[in-house]
This record gives sequence, C-alpha cells and structure tokens, in this order.
Amino acid sequence: MFEAVAFYLFAFLTIAMFFITVTTSQALYALSALAAGMIFISAFFFILGADFLGAVQIIVYTGAVMALYAFGMMFFDTTREVKEKKGNKFIIVGLATLCAVMIVAIFAAPIVSNNMLSLYPALEGAGNTQTVGLVLFTKYLIPFEVAAIMLLVAMVAGIVLAGKKMDLSLTLLNAEEIEKMDEEINKKVLS
Amino acid sequence: MEIGLNHYLILSTILFAIGLVGVMRRKNLLLLFFATEILLNSVNIAFAAISHYYGDLTGQMFAFFVIAIAASEIAVGLGLLIVWYKRHGNIDLESMTSMRG
Repeated sequence: MFEAVAFYLFAFLTIAMFFITVTTSQALYALSALAAGMIFISAFFFILGADFLGAVQIIVYTGAVMALYAFGMMFFDTTREVKEKKGNKFIIVGLATLCAVMIVAIFAAPIVSNNMLSLYPALEGAGNTQTVGLVLFTKYLIPFEVAAIMLLVAMVAGIVLAGKKMDLSLTLLNAEEIEKMDEEINKKVLS
Repeated sequence: MEIGLNHYLILSTILFAIGLVGVMRRKNLLLLFFATEILLNSVNIAFAAISHYYGDLTGQMFAFFVIAIAASEIAVGLGLLIVWYKRHGNIDLESMTSMRG
C-alpha cells in the first residue's frame, strides 16, 4: 500500500519536474527542475532496494553534475530567453514516443520469452552495499578500472579545455618572462 | 494494489519520451545536455527495476557505469561548450552547422 502511494507520488513529481525541464524557456528554471527530478529518481532506487545506487544518484547527480552545470552556466549568457526550434510538433512527439516504446520492447523481450537467468543473486543476510561491493570487485573489476581511467581522462580534458594558459608553467619561466606577462595583464586591465 | 515491473517500465517509457522531445526541440546546447541527462536517468530506472524484480545485481552494475559515463560526458562537453562560447559568443546549435577548415 505504502509502496504504491510512494511510487505514484514520486512518478508524478518526476514527470512534472522533467516536463518543466524540457519546456521552460529559462535556463535557471530548467537547472533547478532537473536537480529536483534527480533527487526524486533516487527515491525509486530506495523503493527498489538499491540503497547504494540511490546514494550514488544523490551524490553524483545533484552533488557533482548539478554543481558543474551551475558553474558552467556562469560562463554563458543564460539570462536571455532560450530560442526554440520551429518544427512540426506531431512529428517530434510521435518519433519520441516510438523510440521510447522500442527501448521498452528491448528491455521487455527477454522477460516475455522467459530467457532471463539470475547470474548474481542477492546474498542472504547481507545488505545491498555489501553485495554490490562483492559483485563489483569480482565480476566487474575490469570495467570498474576502465571507468576509472575514463573519468581521469575526462577530468584532464575538462581542465585543459576550460583552463587558461595551461601550456605555461610559472616554475619553469625566467623572472623577466614572468614580469613581461604581468605587464601584459596590467595593460589589458587598464585598457 | 501491487506495484510490478510493468509500472516501472511504463514510467521509464514516459521519462524517455520526455527526454527525446527535449533533445529534438531544444536549440540551446546546454539545455540539450539537460535532456540527455533525462534519457540516461530513465534507462537507469528500468535497470534498477529489472534488477529488483529478478533478484539479480547486474542491472544495478550497469546503472553505476551509466552514471560514470554521464559524469565524464558532462566534464568534456562543458569544457567544449566553454571554448565554443569564448570564440563565438553563443551556444546555439544553428551556429555549428557549417564545417569549414
């Protein structure tokens, strides 16, 4: 009973928040609605017994991703209204619904044909976090390490792309070169 | 009133459709990234629901890797957007349609 109430409440809230995200013309409203929708989605993970996944959802999405978006929005001119594409609405909605139904068919095909085996069943007496750790560090150890390298590469790429003068090092320059750089910066500020 | 796997799959469908509508009608690249996040999250719900109703942890594992991919995609994508904005002054999709050397 309580599960059904929680499911319908959070389903309504999530759909409403994401609908605001894709329809509003203010970038700030879209960001806030997206952050709220992410937190509501973590509620589904808690209902489904995936406690660790819910905690990761809150930490990574609303902690890291939303903060990154908020910092990124400071670089852009987000106060003006966002312009939209002028297209046929029926084509857009029809294509989106078709694609979504196909995704669900992909998920549902092995269920309908009873072709699913439980390869890594949840252990008796152990919490979700322990079993996740056991499976992640035995069967999925190599994908885990590859994901770590991917995150490192992404971090380096983000720093290099967004940072300024990353090709210079203050410790490797002479004193005269540093003074010259300072003078150029002062000129830019004064002019 | 029992909540079954179908409920979660239908919810995942609705959220995926909302995300796809966002991808197709947005012109601002930052808001297009928001719609991409919605797509990834809707699939995560389906993975977690199937993982729960079949007592198998593989779905949750895939959800973790999807979250990791989303995080790195944003780091690289926002860096590229900042570079583009410094050079051109806007982040609209229509300003990127021409490929000149």
